[in-house]
Amino acid sequence: MKTDLSPRMKIGLYGLMCVLLIPFVFPTWWMVTSSVKPISDIFAFPPDLWPRRFDFTTYQKVFELQPFARQYWNSAYIAALVTIGTMIISSMAGYAFARIKFPFANTIFMIVLLGLLIPSEVTIVPLFQMFLKWGMINTHWPLILVPIFGAPSVFATFVMRQFFIALPGELEEAARVDGLGRFKIFWIIALPLAKPALGAVAIFTFLHSWNLYLEPIVFLSSTNMFTLPQALTQFTDAYGGAMWNIQLAAATMTAIPVLLVFIFAQKQFVEGLAHSGLKG
Amino acid sequence: MTAAADSPPRKRPFWTIERRDAAAGYVFIAPQLIGIVTFVLIPLGLVFWYSLHEWNVLANTFNFVGSANYQMLLNDKALPQVLLSSAIFSAGLVVLNMSLALLLAVLLDQKLKGIVVFRTLFFSPVVVSLVAWTIVWSFLLQNNGGINGMLQMIGVEGPNWLRHPSTAMLSVVVVQVFKNVGLNMILFLAALQGVPKELYEAARVDGAGRFKQFRRITLPLISPTILLTSIITIVGSLQVFAQIAVLTQGGPGMSTTVLVYYLYQQAFQFHFFGYGSTLSILLFVIVAVLTFAQWQLRKRIVFYEN
Repeated sequence: MKTDLSPRMKIGLYGLMCVLLIPFVFPTWWMVTSSVKPISDIFAFPPDLWPRRFDFTTYQKVFELQPFARQYWNSAYIAALVTIGTMIISSMAGYAFARIKFPFANTIFMIVLLGLLIPSEVTIVPLFQMFLKWGMINTHWPLILVPIFGAPSVFATFVMRQFFIALPGELEEAARVDGLGRFKIFWIIALPLAKPALGAVAIFTFLHSWNLYLEPIVFLSSTNMFTLPQALTQFTDAYGGAMWNIQLAAATMTAIPVLLVFIFAQKQFVEGLAHSGLKG
Repeated sequence: MTAAADSPPRKRPFWTIERRDAAAGYVFIAPQLIGIVTFVLIPLGLVFWYSLHEWNVLANTFNFVGSANYQMLLNDKALPQVLLSSAIFSAGLVVLNMSLALLLAVLLDQKLKGIVVFRTLFFSPVVVSLVAWTIVWSFLLQNNGGINGMLQMIGVEGPNWLRHPSTAMLSVVVVQVFKNVGLNMILFLAALQGVPKELYEAARVDGAGRFKQFRRITLPLISPTILLTSIITIVGSLQVFAQIAVLTQGGPGMSTTVLVYYLYQQAFQFHFFGYGSTLSILLFVIVAVLTFAQWQLRKRIVFYEN
């Protein structure tokens, strides 16, 4: 559809896109600005697009009301472990399914793909029972083990397999003639070529772990163990009313770092996703 | 291998390249396969087994009751409403998400300066923490919140979005659409950019207008992407939980209680693990049927396969 557009058409398109941007950008703006408003101004009319008074103590209160630094660490280290673990497991499995001939490969691949049909929500009750039996309730193990080995990693394996299937085989054949084993071929030749797909898997996996909500509230019970999504909903007063400005300060601290990383690396981000073999 | 050198020459070594390769294949897939068996297949078997039991954790009862939970499912007065809410949510989400994603992808595919800035901004909610995003929208949608405040400035009395049955579901859908439409947008954009330019040239020579080009060339060529994203979006929509929990807690009434939320309530709030498991089986069947149906559609509708 790329044709040269008339100037009038261009202005029209810019205008349309600016209007469409409002619901994508405004909430983040509103979150940041409202997080530094005193509670008395939080529902002011007319709404203040820029705070008329500033109250930065909200950020301090986040840490007083919740062990927020600890919860931040919980979310960060769980997401990091899950991302690295999934990249290892899914790139190995994806490579084998795409490249190595072994008996029952297709049958096993079909079994693994069942994971796509059985989201963790379906199995949350037995998973709870299993982890209860293993003494892992109110630990982070369920949030680490299930995403790396269970249903969420199947999607990653599928992406990796699609990528390796499309990869030309000559390099590997040459390496095999030179007597390299499978592990070395995978590690030295195939994996470095798979960086775009690995990048996409890393992004998906990190965001999935970072956003996990049902699993933490099922598996975790003490505030010290909470992850960020769970912690964010805990900023309520004695009557259960939301302490909006403090809650929004916590939300800002949760959202902004990832957003900044994305803005600086958006090219790799977006192109990684676009070229991940998900095109269908 | 050294052993092979000592043995008579006509005997081939046991570890041929093929066998070593096959062994490596099993080693490579072992962690994933063991994980799927442990965390997906065995739990799926268990959830079916549980669904045949009356199991109350608080009362510490676990009795085999056969199909009683499934009869309860059929007689559950709340269930039609729950399924209706799920269907409205999924249908609304898929239709709005796919059409907005396609519109944005077409806009971003134009030759305009600074288009990357727009692409980045449209995509940005995808990387914002889901619960943080939902909390801000919850704040905006309060009766005296930002959206109604702005409506009031232009003289419009806004509804109490999250507390009114007719707007609560709409609000949940819209919040989720803006959160994740960027993903489908990027996949569509990649597909649009993969359409050979010569086809448009040829169509223009034949006198086809922009709209006709879009319908006759673009849509058929990107139909595999449309199918794949629609499967991902529908299956994803059935898993919605955090948004409901934060925005409406399933209310007002049961108007936004979707299946996963209902399942969570039954199993983990009311401690009916047996009936919760039955609802899990129902969720599994729905996901499986929808995925299968879409996969079948692929043969009929998808025009172009590479």
